[in-house]
Amino acid sequence: MGGFPWLTVLGAVPLAGSVGVGLLPRGRDLLAKRTALLVSLVALALALAVAIQFRPGGPRFQFTENYPWIPQFGIGYSLGVDGIALVLIGLSAILVPVVILASWNEVESGRSVKAFFSMLLMLEAMMIGVFAATDVFFFFVLFEASLVPMYFIIGSYGGPQRSYAAVKFLLYSLLGGLLMLVAVIGLYVLAGTFEFTRLTGLDIAAGTERWLFLGFFIAFAIKAPLWPFHTWLPDAAAQAPAGGAVLLVGVLDKAGTYGMIRYCLELFPNASRYFTPAIIALSVVGILYGALLAVGQADMKRLIAYTSLSHFGFIGLGIFAMTSQGQSGATLYMVNHGFATGALFLIAGFLMARNRSRLIDDYGGVQRVAPLLAGTFLVAGLSGLSLPGLNSFVSEFLVLVGTYTRYPVPAVLGTLGVILAALYILWLYQRTMTGPVSERVQNMQDLRPRELWAIGPLVALIIALGLYPKPVLDVINPAVQHTMQQVQVSDPPPEVPAAQGEGS
Amino acid sequence: MGTGLEWAWLLIALPLVSGAVLLIGGRRTDRWGHLLGVATPLASFAIGVYLFARMLGLPPEERHHDVSLFSWIPVGSFQVDVGLLLDPLAICFVLLITGVGSLIHIYSVGYMADDPDRRRFFGYLNLFVAAMLLLVLADNFLVLYVGWEGVGLASYLLIGFWYYKPSAAVAAKKAFIVNRVGDFGLSVAIMIMFTTFGTVSFGPIFDNVDAAGTGVVTAIGLLLLLGATGKSAQLPLQSWLLDAMEGPTPVSALIHAATMVTAGVYLVVRAGPIFEAAPQAQLAVAIVGAATALFGAIIGCGKDDIKKALAASTMSQIGYMHLAAGLGPAGYAFAIAHLLAHGFFKAGLFLGAGSVMHAMKDEVDMRRYGGLARVMPVTFVTFGFGYLAIVGFPGLSGYFTKDAIIEATFAFGGTAGTLLGAAALLGALLTAFYMSRVMFMTFFGDRRWADGVHPHESPRVMTWPMIALAVGSVAAGAVFTLGGRMVTFLESAVGAPEEHHAFNPFTPIGLATLAAMVLGAVIAWTSFGRRPVPSTAPKGSFVTVAARRDLYGDAVNESVFMRPGQWLTRTLVFFDNRGVDGLVNTLAAFVGGTSGRVRRLQTGFVRSYAMAMFVGAVAVVAALLLVRL
Amino acid sequence: MTPINLIVLSFVLFTIGAVGVLVRRNAIVMFMCVELMLNAANLAFVTFARMHGNLDGQIAAFFVMVVAAAEVVVGLAIIVSIFRTRRTASVDDANLLKY
Repeated sequence: MGGFPWLTVLGAVPLAGSVGVGLLPRGRDLLAKRTALLVSLVALALALAVAIQFRPGGPRFQFTENYPWIPQFGIGYSLGVDGIALVLIGLSAILVPVVILASWNEVESGRSVKAFFSMLLMLEAMMIGVFAATDVFFFFVLFEASLVPMYFIIGSYGGPQRSYAAVKFLLYSLLGGLLMLVAVIGLYVLAGTFEFTRLTGLDIAAGTERWLFLGFFIAFAIKAPLWPFHTWLPDAAAQAPAGGAVLLVGVLDKAGTYGMIRYCLELFPNASRYFTPAIIALSVVGILYGALLAVGQADMKRLIAYTSLSHFGFIGLGIFAMTSQGQSGATLYMVNHGFATGALFLIAGFLMARNRSRLIDDYGGVQRVAPLLAGTFLVAGLSGLSLPGLNSFVSEFLVLVGTYTRYPVPAVLGTLGVILAALYILWLYQRTMTGPVSERVQNMQDLRPRELWAIGPLVALIIALGLYPKPVLDVINPAVQHTMQQVQVSDPPPEVPAAQGEGS
Repeated sequence: MGTGLEWAWLLIALPLVSGAVLLIGGRRTDRWGHLLGVATPLASFAIGVYLFARMLGLPPEERHHDVSLFSWIPVGSFQVDVGLLLDPLAICFVLLITGVGSLIHIYSVGYMADDPDRRRFFGYLNLFVAAMLLLVLADNFLVLYVGWEGVGLASYLLIGFWYYKPSAAVAAKKAFIVNRVGDFGLSVAIMIMFTTFGTVSFGPIFDNVDAAGTGVVTAIGLLLLLGATGKSAQLPLQSWLLDAMEGPTPVSALIHAATMVTAGVYLVVRAGPIFEAAPQAQLAVAIVGAATALFGAIIGCGKDDIKKALAASTMSQIGYMHLAAGLGPAGYAFAIAHLLAHGFFKAGLFLGAGSVMHAMKDEVDMRRYGGLARVMPVTFVTFGFGYLAIVGFPGLSGYFTKDAIIEATFAFGGTAGTLLGAAALLGALLTAFYMSRVMFMTFFGDRRWADGVHPHESPRVMTWPMIALAVGSVAAGAVFTLGGRMVTFLESAVGAPEEHHAFNPFTPIGLATLAAMVLGAVIAWTSFGRRPVPSTAPKGSFVTVAARRDLYGDAVNESVFMRPGQWLTRTLVFFDNRGVDGLVNTLAAFVGGTSGRVRRLQTGFVRSYAMAMFVGAVAVVAALLLVRL
Repeated sequence: MTPINLIVLSFVLFTIGAVGVLVRRNAIVMFMCVELMLNAANLAFVTFARMHGNLDGQIAAFFVMVVAAAEVVVGLAIIVSIFRTRRTASVDDANLLKY
């Protein structure tokens, strides 16, 4: 497809914005913020334009661009999106302006404001690239490069233990990245190319395939994170500034789950099937483990981080359930989790901006002084516990029902996580928002208009995607069908097929 | 089709929109919010009546209207539409929800007049009405589940309406979580249904139930029952209902008496074909129902808090409904009839209790009441009719509906029938006892009011709904039951019983029920009517203490789930910090420690560096030479 | 003079320089020893250039000389400034960069 290079432009806009913001003279903080917001909105508009032009029924990869980059090694600058990538690009494009707006005054005095917003834009460019790349090596480069802005966001703008958290995040990710690099090179040795479309359907010896699979999978499992590779997440998410935590958990970690469904499954179908039971077990453990740990946290942001561990368990479960419901549900879950958890982190950030404490015990009765804040928190929380009618329910139920058709026991165990979700969210809400007004929150302000503009779109999306997820699912479904064909699996048929119809 | 039934979606949309307007509009809508909040359920009620009239005009086999609104979740073979099913069973609930709901909305205008958050209250109530209507109108299990959790959310919000009271916030959370346990059952049931039948729509599933294995169907049935026990506060998930009385009284009347808690009965009746294919699950429903009927009745006898006594009674009455629903088609119509009648009299009783509390400065302890009949005549009379209806006084609604259930239970036959019937009969005696106790302690005897309390009759906006409900309590039973109206009306939706009994009060069982009622009332009179009631509770016997403590339901939950859960959580937090993360940090510390030691080689002694260089150079040269050789 | 003698001389000079660097403490002397080693290397380069009859070795020797000159400038400057601040030219005393 020739024509306008949509994806390049989509990635270049935030990248150029990042450089531009970074080059602004010192002291022009307001200008830096406004430029960053404007650039991110332009990127959002471009993403919308791409989404509108995307034809769900068309060829699998659309908006493709192919240029040789390092031709000696067959490395290309290859871009292209299918439904799965498209919705994740959309997620990034939506979350970044929200985060910029929410982080308007978050940078502590003494730290460079323009650098923070420049990093946010850089991260957006990297993430769009990660989801749009169709060259394995190019993907790998961006996958690793995205660590850099995030490292600085955590390490320079985070909480008291930021350097510990940032280094831990970096080392964990680098370890995974190295394993993946080995596997990427191994793949090149076998196939002589890095181009994704030519790498699928390779005939690899079973043993080799398993090792290569593990190289990719561990990198993604660290990134996602799946149990037991998760311990960097609570530290990183708790120490990162709220906006950084949103992008970290909401978008960056999705590169891991995206990698699983795109690369692990399609490049190594046999190995994927071989490891499925183990990964499903890890996912179920993650669901319950994350939920139980979330119950036991005293720190609000760590609590939300552990709920994410639980939710990533669901995503992993859905991907490796190998049913169309599971995988479509998992992809939708990536988007929904970005919105729901993003909203939770943002509101936690608003609370902390007011009260300077992450500890749940330092709050109480917030609903009385700041009803809007409490209300949005409740909606985001209810989405987190996947209340039907809100977005997460659709994806969570799809994952569970898709898993049940093939693996009933993990599905039932996973459903137990839903009970625990109610416990951790509502207990958090009870301890922070209800009860008598605690002394520390007495003079707390309700949401300001800027904050409302940041959180409002997320709440609207949470409700809208819960009531009418069809447009997103229509985009995801064909891509998932492709994946399933590649892995050579199909949905198990019902035992007693009932005629599908308008009742009787 | 031109039947007018396709307008059913408006039923849900109206309260949903007004709820959204009230909640999003915020303080701007404070002045007129309650009016909008009352108007939409009334409008829905009008639509409901219209639809009901249209339906009556149709021949029975056409009273089944399924309309698909839009495609909700389409993934592969998993195609779920948001669709509404309007049939006789649904319309009964629609009328109950919108009718009783509207009355309670009107009552709330007065009851909540002094609350600064009245608008928010109406927003939640409207949300509830919308969710409840969605629950009963859904044409597949997943949309039903949306309504199912939606009412749970509304219940959570309303129980915790006075969120600044810690007890209310805790009770709200408890209600939601216990309900979630039930919802777990429902959602797993839906998964099994999809796996087995490839769909979650009522029609195709019910048509193919016989083709599925008994084991699968029994599992579905038991899981549905788990869902029903959560929502309907049946054993073993009963513990939330008594705490739920922390919410404002109109909430208790609407949600925790008339409508939401009966959703479990609706589910069992709606899923009738599944339970009929799984007799063991069906028997389990009946057993749970009978056990809860007794359990709730016993708790009711021990409570001094008027709302908790009524809540225990609700639990017990819903037990009766489940008992009837567990009898199969023979009991469905009776279950629904009792449910509707209960909707009237229990809502009336709660509104009466609310009226009393309103007058007594929110005092709920019946030992501080007494002698209110004279001061609050309207409340007394309406409450009195509700009382007579619930104990089954001949001619009032409870008499027809509850007797029908007890008779049907004995008619079920076998040991099970006899045992369940005996339990139901004992429950009737207890019902008469505890309700009479409430009546005597509240309205008769000497005045045990706290200082500074000057009770007065409630304003008209509150008394009129009470009067309307009292009329319903008196008439509903006769209207539904006489001539088998309910049975005939519901026949096209839930199937017909094998044999059809005309109502006959003079069977031995009917007389026994009557005797049980009289006996219960007399015992209550001897202990609470004839003698003065002490204003502090006496220590009481073992049974009384147990009943006051909800028969140790909370204690069991605490020791079986909560404490081990807390222990598990603490252990896991420790394990995650010291175990998983500890391993990682140990590795980091090992690397750090090693480099700390290796670092010592840099002595700062330049000549030793030089020596090392020479040794290295020599080694390299030697290696090169060796390789060359 | 056969070239082999020059190689031996170069070897001897290099060894003297190396031993000097290892055993002497005075920075100036060590420095001179380093120069000795460089020059030994230069000698070897030039010798080999002559043996092989091409100019590569001579070019390398010139490079070494230029680098050595630059090194002397920087190195002596450092040594002088250390001597000024610490009143000693012993390398064993200059151990601030340990661990």
